[in-house]
Amino acid sequence: MALPKRDELLKEVNYDRMPEKHWMDTKPEFRPGTYCYAGEPEVVKDLGLPNPRKWQPHDEDWKLPENWKEIVLNAIRDRMNRFRSFKLFMDICVRCGACADKCHFFLGTGDPKNMPVLRAELMRSVVKGEFTRSGKLFGRLAGARKLTEDVIKEWFYYYYQCTECRRCSVFCPYGIDTAEITILAREILHEIGVNIDWILKPVRFSAEIGNHIGLQPHTIKENIEFLLDDIEEITGIRPEVPLNKKGAEILFVTPSADFFADPGIYTFMGYVLLFHYLGLDWTLSTYAAEGGNFGFFTSHEMMRKLHAKIYHEAERLKVKWILGGECGHMWRVVHQYEDTMLGPAPKNLEVPKSPITGTVFEHAKSTKIVHICEFTADLIAHGKLELDPSRNDHLVVTFHDSCNTSRGMGIFEEPRFILRHVCNNFYEMPENTIREKTFCCGSGSGLNTDEYMEMRMRGGFPRANAVEYVHEKHGVNHLACICAIDRATLTPLMKYWVPAVSVGGVHELVGNALVIPGEKKRTTDLRFQPLKGAEEEA
Amino acid sequence: MNVVAALVAVIGMVILVWLGVGVLKLYTLFGVVVPYAAFLTFLIGLVYRMVNWAKSPVPFKITTTCGQQKSLPWIKHSRLESPANNFEVVLRMALEVLAFRSLFRNLRADLRGRKLYYGSSKWLWLGAILFHWSFFIILIRHFRLFSYPVPGFIKTLDAVDSFFHIGLPHLYMTDVAILAGLTFLLLRRLVDAKVNYISHASDYFPLFLIFGLVISGMLMRYFLRVDLVSVKELTMGLVTLHPKVPQGIGLIFFVHLFFISVLVAYFPFSKLVHMVGVFFSPTRNLPNDNRRVRHINPWWEGVPPKFLTYCEWQEKFKDKLEESGQPIDEDCYEKKS
Repeated sequence: MALPKRDELLKEVNYDRMPEKHWMDTKPEFRPGTYCYAGEPEVVKDLGLPNPRKWQPHDEDWKLPENWKEIVLNAIRDRMNRFRSFKLFMDICVRCGACADKCHFFLGTGDPKNMPVLRAELMRSVVKGEFTRSGKLFGRLAGARKLTEDVIKEWFYYYYQCTECRRCSVFCPYGIDTAEITILAREILHEIGVNIDWILKPVRFSAEIGNHIGLQPHTIKENIEFLLDDIEEITGIRPEVPLNKKGAEILFVTPSADFFADPGIYTFMGYVLLFHYLGLDWTLSTYAAEGGNFGFFTSHEMMRKLHAKIYHEAERLKVKWILGGECGHMWRVVHQYEDTMLGPAPKNLEVPKSPITGTVFEHAKSTKIVHICEFTADLIAHGKLELDPSRNDHLVVTFHDSCNTSRGMGIFEEPRFILRHVCNNFYEMPENTIREKTFCCGSGSGLNTDEYMEMRMRGGFPRANAVEYVHEKHGVNHLACICAIDRATLTPLMKYWVPAVSVGGVHELVGNALVIPGEKKRTTDLRFQPLKGAEEEA
Repeated sequence: MNVVAALVAVIGMVILVWLGVGVLKLYTLFGVVVPYAAFLTFLIGLVYRMVNWAKSPVPFKITTTCGQQKSLPWIKHSRLESPANNFEVVLRMALEVLAFRSLFRNLRADLRGRKLYYGSSKWLWLGAILFHWSFFIILIRHFRLFSYPVPGFIKTLDAVDSFFHIGLPHLYMTDVAILAGLTFLLLRRLVDAKVNYISHASDYFPLFLIFGLVISGMLMRYFLRVDLVSVKELTMGLVTLHPKVPQGIGLIFFVHLFFISVLVAYFPFSKLVHMVGVFFSPTRNLPNDNRRVRHINPWWEGVPPKFLTYCEWQEKFKDKLEESGQPIDEDCYEKKS
């Protein structure tokens, strides 16, 4: 399963050449590198999910339960009754094809079933063929078919070849959102035990320990101590990171990758320096130690179960409001789901108010959760931060809008405003590849696993292509983003497609630029890379 | 195969009308019964469809945000792409429904070697606008057949539509436009490999049907010239619920009438419901005010989540917490005793 060379990968891709055969007659090929491994039986069992067994997608026999068909049809019916979106999206697509070449997986594979319209049609055809009279009568002429085991395999293959990025829904004249269909298709597949390991393991860790990687409270503290050592070495300052502190003003929640995985750790260092600079009364929780939520990639119920700890902890610690770190799908969940599934917020929470500027975050007055970029942009706008952007002069920066924060929240200006103040060299990628039209990293929605690398490189290709453009045009060598999965997955993506470009969070650059009273003269950035000019001096 | 099946279905309808009206002289069936039945099917079907959608709740506010959110006061938010309240949602929807905002964004991706290029691609938008707006105006124009006296605005619309005074009777601009739009939409389906691959017979069928409708209408007006007085007698009879079929209306009229009947009857049960469905679309018809206004999910409200609580977690990791000097919450024990 060696990954093909960069120049070879797209050789066969042609957007205007479609297979001879009708799509209902083609089957997916479970080729290594293009699918994720199945959930392990113990994990499935621990989570109380159905049909734990040993199986793999490349097996001929998927060991589905005997009445799998009945379960699936009932599940579809149930979702139709609970989600207007699903019911409507099954009915109103006119197959205009506006979405066809908008999906990064289509652009990276040329596989017609990765056109959002056809991805949805995989489900729609079954809904028509099994539930409607016209579908039963006219069959394929009406785009209808029966539910078979091959359909289940196809669903698995293609609904785990969608990162729920919603780019197609921007272009759809009716706003049909493939993410919604994928989310529900995955939910339905879970009911017959069709799932992937890379999502379920983090889900189990989150459910049993509190975060995706299963960091226990003492390990979290140790990791943070290491990061504080580094901060001390670089700045001469050792900030405090309060853990589980009752009565703190602010509970800070960020994806757990930020306290242990490169390059998220540098973003974390940025947060810590900022909070120290401000003298903020904050706390981190080793219990609610995860902002990310792989439950969102499993089912609505699982998302709720994993996310409940945040308000619960905010209530226990009697904080006034919650500040959320840089994370994509965490923010989709926080922004579009949290209040509905877990609100109203605990009574001890107040409408968030910046203790530094006095700004009241009215837009978050119900959830009481503010995005760190909103918080920091407000500080900068009020002139509360002393910044030396030249400390980022060794970087030529561009910004990647994460799918979830873009199309499921609309936070575009805040991170850009920050970037313009913390670095001198900032260039945008072409307009058709940023903001609401941004491209996914290719590994979101729980697909950031190594066995899936070929598909990740394909799916990430449109993003990488745009980075390469600004790399060649402006010498961009750093890709800033506000998402933990991005930080983890854009790194290998850049290594493959545009090796000269590093990846990091926005607050890492804030941490670099922040001029902190009492610090020593910095000679390196938070990654121990020499600052521009420092080498010559030394 | 798909194209042929759809075309055969539409040609079949012409033959059916020719047999029914031309040969068997079933004027009442084709002039009264079929139109009434079709109209009833349309009404009942559409109401059923809308009620059926409305019966399923919108559990989450899943607006697709295509612009800057409303957050800090000094950041300009995008009222049309990221509406912050219901008024702005109405504006967004109006732009979507009347001007096809999302289609206007359309891009085309081209792969050359290992480089991707994006170009603006407004053709689909243009074809769709031509088709839909012409269809709408033509429909309004037809009200002169269903009203007496004919309201002034319909006369004005008529005059504007035939403003260029080409030919006699004057050529309507919308007739040309709808033919252009339809031709584009059909050719695109046939020629564009991607769109061709995703098309069902049920995508071609309405196109051919509307083609038939437009062509039969144009034949009647410009070439075969049916007796307009008799036509109006029939249409007024239909709307006043005193249906009667005058003699001597050409066969072409019955073809036209049959096409429109099939179209409206087919409407609620096909993809054509997108016209109504778009108003129900939760990614477009909800404001992006999620953190400011709580949205209620009927099937979760009052159902508490099940999860690992802090106290359960503390029990699990008590040693680790103590070892690493993290506080132990005594409240967990007080509550128990």
